[in-house]
Amino acid sequence: MRLVLACLLTLICALPLRAETAADILTANAELVTKASRQTIGPVIDALAASGDPAAALVLEAWADKRLGLRKSDGGFVLLTPDADGYALRDLAGADAGRAAKSEITELKPNAGVRGLIATALVQFTLSDPDPARRRAALESIAKDPKPEALAPLRASIALETDPALFAQKQRLERLLTLRFDPSSAERIKAINSFGADLGLDLRGALNPLLATTRIAVAGDPPADSNIARPLKTGRDLTDTEAYDLLVAAKLAPARLTLEAQRTALVANLSGGAVGGIALADLNTQTARDRAYTALETAGAVPQAATDDEATAALAAHRFYDIYTEADPAVTTAATAALKSIGQKVAAMQAADLALDAMSLASIYFLAAIGLAITFGVMGVINMAHGEFITMGAYTGYVVQLYVPDYTASILIALPLAFAVTFAAGVTMERLVIRHLYKRPLETLLATFGISIALQQILKNVFGTQARPLTSPAWLDGALSLNDVVQVSYIRIAIFVLALLFLTFFLWLMKRTRLGLEVRAVTQNPTMAASMGINPDRINMLTFGLGSGIAGIAGVAIGLFAKVTSELGTDYIVQSFMTVVVGGVGNIWGALAGATMIGGFQKVIEFLNPSNTLAAQTYMILFIILFIQIRPRGIIALRGRAAGD
Amino acid sequence: MKLTRRALLASGIAAMATPKFALAQAETIKIGVLHSLSGTMAISETTLKDTMLMLIEAQNAKGGLLGKQLEAVVVDPASDWPLFAEKARELLTVSKVDVMFGCWTSVSRKSVLPVIEELNGLLFYPVQYEGEESSKNVFYTGAAPNQQAIPAVDYYLNELGVTKFALLGTDYVYPRTTNNILEAYLISKGIPKEDIFVNYTPFGHSDWSKIVGDVVALGADGKKVGVISTINGDANIGFYKELAAAGVTADTLPVVAFSVGEEELSGLDTTNLAGHLAAWNYFMSADTPENAAFIAAWKAFIKDDKRVTNDPMEAHYIGFNMWVNAVTAAGTTEVNAVSDAMIGQKFPNLTGGMAEMLANHHLTKPVLIGEIRADGQFDIISQTEPVAGDAWTDFLPESAVLEADWKDLKCGMYNTETKTCVQLTSNY
Amino acid sequence: MRKTFLTRSPSVLIFLSLLALFTLTITLASQGYGAGLVSTSFVKTLGKTLCLCLAALAMDLVWGYAGILSLGHMAFFALGGYMIGMWLMYARTEEIVVASLANGDLPATAQEIGQGIVTQIFGVVGASDLPLIWGAAHSLPLQLALVVALPGLLALVFGWLAFRSRVTGVYLSILTQAMTLALALYLFQNDSGLRGNNGLSGLQNLPYVTASQDVVTLWFFWASAAALGLTYLMLAWIVAGKFGSVIRAIRDDEARVRFLGYSVESYKLFLFTLTAILSAIAGALYYPQAGIINPAELAPIASIYLAVWVAIGGRGRLYGAVIGAAFVSLLSSWFTGGRAPSIPLGFGTLNWVDWWQVLLGLSFVAVTLFAPKGIGGLFDRLAHVRAPDRKGAPLGPDDGSLQEREATE
Repeated sequence: MRLVLACLLTLICALPLRAETAADILTANAELVTKASRQTIGPVIDALAASGDPAAALVLEAWADKRLGLRKSDGGFVLLTPDADGYALRDLAGADAGRAAKSEITELKPNAGVRGLIATALVQFTLSDPDPARRRAALESIAKDPKPEALAPLRASIALETDPALFAQKQRLERLLTLRFDPSSAERIKAINSFGADLGLDLRGALNPLLATTRIAVAGDPPADSNIARPLKTGRDLTDTEAYDLLVAAKLAPARLTLEAQRTALVANLSGGAVGGIALADLNTQTARDRAYTALETAGAVPQAATDDEATAALAAHRFYDIYTEADPAVTTAATAALKSIGQKVAAMQAADLALDAMSLASIYFLAAIGLAITFGVMGVINMAHGEFITMGAYTGYVVQLYVPDYTASILIALPLAFAVTFAAGVTMERLVIRHLYKRPLETLLATFGISIALQQILKNVFGTQARPLTSPAWLDGALSLNDVVQVSYIRIAIFVLALLFLTFFLWLMKRTRLGLEVRAVTQNPTMAASMGINPDRINMLTFGLGSGIAGIAGVAIGLFAKVTSELGTDYIVQSFMTVVVGGVGNIWGALAGATMIGGFQKVIEFLNPSNTLAAQTYMILFIILFIQIRPRGIIALRGRAAGD
Repeated sequence: MKLTRRALLASGIAAMATPKFALAQAETIKIGVLHSLSGTMAISETTLKDTMLMLIEAQNAKGGLLGKQLEAVVVDPASDWPLFAEKARELLTVSKVDVMFGCWTSVSRKSVLPVIEELNGLLFYPVQYEGEESSKNVFYTGAAPNQQAIPAVDYYLNELGVTKFALLGTDYVYPRTTNNILEAYLISKGIPKEDIFVNYTPFGHSDWSKIVGDVVALGADGKKVGVISTINGDANIGFYKELAAAGVTADTLPVVAFSVGEEELSGLDTTNLAGHLAAWNYFMSADTPENAAFIAAWKAFIKDDKRVTNDPMEAHYIGFNMWVNAVTAAGTTEVNAVSDAMIGQKFPNLTGGMAEMLANHHLTKPVLIGEIRADGQFDIISQTEPVAGDAWTDFLPESAVLEADWKDLKCGMYNTETKTCVQLTSNY
Repeated sequence: MRKTFLTRSPSVLIFLSLLALFTLTITLASQGYGAGLVSTSFVKTLGKTLCLCLAALAMDLVWGYAGILSLGHMAFFALGGYMIGMWLMYARTEEIVVASLANGDLPATAQEIGQGIVTQIFGVVGASDLPLIWGAAHSLPLQLALVVALPGLLALVFGWLAFRSRVTGVYLSILTQAMTLALALYLFQNDSGLRGNNGLSGLQNLPYVTASQDVVTLWFFWASAAALGLTYLMLAWIVAGKFGSVIRAIRDDEARVRFLGYSVESYKLFLFTLTAILSAIAGALYYPQAGIINPAELAPIASIYLAVWVAIGGRGRLYGAVIGAAFVSLLSSWFTGGRAPSIPLGFGTLNWVDWWQVLLGLSFVAVTLFAPKGIGGLFDRLAHVRAPDRKGAPLGPDDGSLQEREATE
């Protein structure tokens, strides 16, 4: 009903459309333009585009850019250029029209649908525009909303194209439009085959509509001219219920009796406290109701409803087909073949993409856990406040960005600063609390948990509960995209590189430096190390500070791709502990193996069950629990004396 | 020695019990504010507590209500759902408040419901929610699904020509219910079921690369894809960052969010998100004198020029003012009298037009669709006529037959088919 | 001649009589049966606190006595709550549905009632059939059996797997934490059939009971007190005997006990399962008073809090656990209630709602560092009980604190 009204409205408004200038057209349709809807604005835009007024393109562009306004005083349309405290105005012909304050103008805000229509209308002006950016915009507009009408102007513009990139883009677009809209089947098949196993999303987007099917039910043979995709068998391709619903929808069989309908019928035929000879009080079972209904049917009081037998017979008497909406079998065959070969390649690429996702997640887990691998893995200290150290790192990044507006510089400052801040926090904590508890590991857990909730609340009190922005520099925006299937964002690559850097750094530190040697000595036998002139107190302090410092850097990295709130660390703490435990305590390679396994496993489950990410996490943890039963010491277990508790 | 402990506990009891006597003869009208000030929900709810304090202060400056001053009783349920029930009982029986404004999550509301129904309290709930509820003791000043979700989908269908939908949500009852309603609605509009992709993620989810990849891949069959996001809170930040990184623009793959407002965007750099959408009943950018005054009052009250206003704040603004008017009309703060006086109350929206309290305890509100701007505000690109809030959705068969009417039917869950009141008090 | 168990442990009698006195006082002061001096909401808080004390008792047994720092006992607690909650919700809904359908034109069929219950419980987000997990929800005895059986079974299987692979110490803590998290995430899923994030609500309204909440609250308060008293008695008896000596020995030196020929794993498994069941019973009493249970109750942090209560109260002594749980949870409730006065400082106001968590956190640290025996240690000080003089550095409660007095008996 509303649609009909809308159409009527459009027709009525379409009457005064044939005016000369853009200004006339806009003024004549002011009502439509100010409350523009994609449903109704089409004729106005078409009229503007077809008006021949040289200003039309200018007006359309301004309108799409939200630079078209309405002067409140006289209701006239003006072009706007916002400046400090209002707008500089131009009339629709482009001539200067003075200034106006913000309050004197109503800005027109066409929605994205209307802007799309405007862009389509602008295509004819801009497909051969001298400005390459406009030509690209025109191509994008065609690609977004492919229409048969675009084919001819596009073909005409290819020959005039000078920019090689745009030339290629135009050619590709031309073939995509050809395979969908060209009148000649041979041309279309040629276009389909010209792509090969191309991975572009646009190609699949063009091919798939060719293979759209509708499902039909017929009593005898299918209509002769139909392009059958496949015959359907009940029980295998569609359930009996679906098949019967199809019959009912095609009016080939009567509808089944629903329980509500039965109920209504019974109530309607209630007389003298009984229905169909069965007392009302007895109608509290389904069988009794069925009997009553059958009795009514026999008496002719209610219409016959399809019984199970009749339904089965009806199903047997009909055949079901999927029919292509595309009439030409040659085209559908070519499209099927093309899609099949693309499909194989896409599957391989999807696997690669999944592997990349898994690696990225693993590197995030690794980065979050690497500090723990040091404090927990090497020193055996359970630091529940590790998560808050990550948070502190992220907030450090935020604070730096408050003072250093340049994102690149701020990140470069934030990384070492976050290390310094959390290193200091770690050392303080070690000195004040943890060193008194080295012999009581379970109590370290409690004490550090206390620190964790205190720190979290302090961060909340200081920074508020709102998420804070931490923005990555522009060169980390966007994604590295191998094709339309495999892509990974730069920020994730950066995190991956950071994780690798830390792995190397850690290995170098432990294996190649004096400090590493001393750390290993103190870990294995503090008394002996002390008697060799190593100060275990100092080493413990430094090691703990180091682990905490790395957590701070991890915080900056995590904050860059996710959120910065006081609960940031909490999300990672359990996962990090599991990473270390699964991988094997006391060994950096263990943490790496643990992170890889957890990340990989989680992505595989997400792939198997794409609609429920929560379930993936649940099963991942279950898997970890079971895994620890099998390998209680983790993937890479220490052997010999170092393994002793 | 154990006596000491006992004595300590006893004094504790005394301390807990005393307010009851101290407040026996109230000279003020007490307003309970039941919003989490700590824990995960503090992020959203603290603002609402401040809004309430601002409204109460303003009302007191106008001379209070019924000749008495208003007094806010602020408690902190600490994002702990059972604690909501406990604090609500405390507010009603110990502090003896006349009305409560509070709750954000559905689960906190469900926790409070049995208590306020038992003790006949009054709650104003300011957040957009999943519907399927109408309690005698609650006034829902946020949007029901038909005041937010359905108009947004209509916008997708009619204005953007979207024919394939990705419904992404956090796994809890609001997204689940909304998505179920939307699925039924979309199917009724001729969108086949296989063209509706649904995904649920945990709270605070941050690893979005695979999901964003999946959604982009939906476009492979040549249909225009639109995302409807009921992703909650912090998780949005990671989601939008991933969208931006994947080069998804609003032109190719628009996202309309029901839980992302001005507050959430303040934690993000929005330059890459320009053009994505949100549907609310209020945007800070609404151009009306009432809104300008409200924003000015808020900034003055909170003493921070950068703070934003949002939709639930407007809901409290409308709810509080309606309550004040209803109390004035009834001449008492007694719950039943005020409830009766509430129905039919009218108060101007901040976005223009009048909000009216309906017999099903929901409001009529205009639905606004906004496009995110680079400065973190919204361009309002569509504003409907006021839509009447529908407690029981019409798009799912089991609830289409239900109706709520506290004026004539005196029932929150009335089955129009069997003509019976299914339940008088909520079955939570 | 051996003295009887009660005369040997005077603290049990003292505790039980104090508990009885406390219960009586509150009853007499309550709104339901007494003078109305104490509000119902406060009785609820006290009743819930008693349940938490019960869970803390279980935690003390498994951690303070046997040295297993389980971070999963609040999961068992919540499971118990879920089990009883399912019956409460089902029965109450059934009552409503039957009453509503009785007004219809036709008498209701069993299917219609079942369908009505499912629609009411799950609203529009559930399947149209009752999930399998609700299979026993129609029957109170079955569901009560599940309160004990399900957490017990889970603990048995989990414990068997973990102890068999000799997972000990912090590894076990992390593993139990992982179990808790997995369970919480599972319950968070709407598809798991337990109403996802909303959980089960309205549990305070008992089906078929018309008594007011003032009265019902007291019933639960009594039940909680009785459960606490009985459990205390039972656990005191257990730890006073040989079993108690063995588990303390396991805590102090597991390998040595194993070499003495005790089946350490069986002892641990028994204890783990027993305490899981006790926690579940506590949960089953707690949630009808709280009114709502949802997966957030299973968050790993809840179990850590439980450990913290025991630590603050004093490990290795049963009354310590009770004191710790009662003290911290009541204090917590007071501070978050907004009634604690703000303290104006020169540069700003100290608002307790904001700073209470900080204080709590720092007090954990202080207790661990300076009072490893917790509040219970004060009693030793008052009773002039000193730790045995073992020479050498103090090793703390985890390293051999079997006291001479216990050893000689």
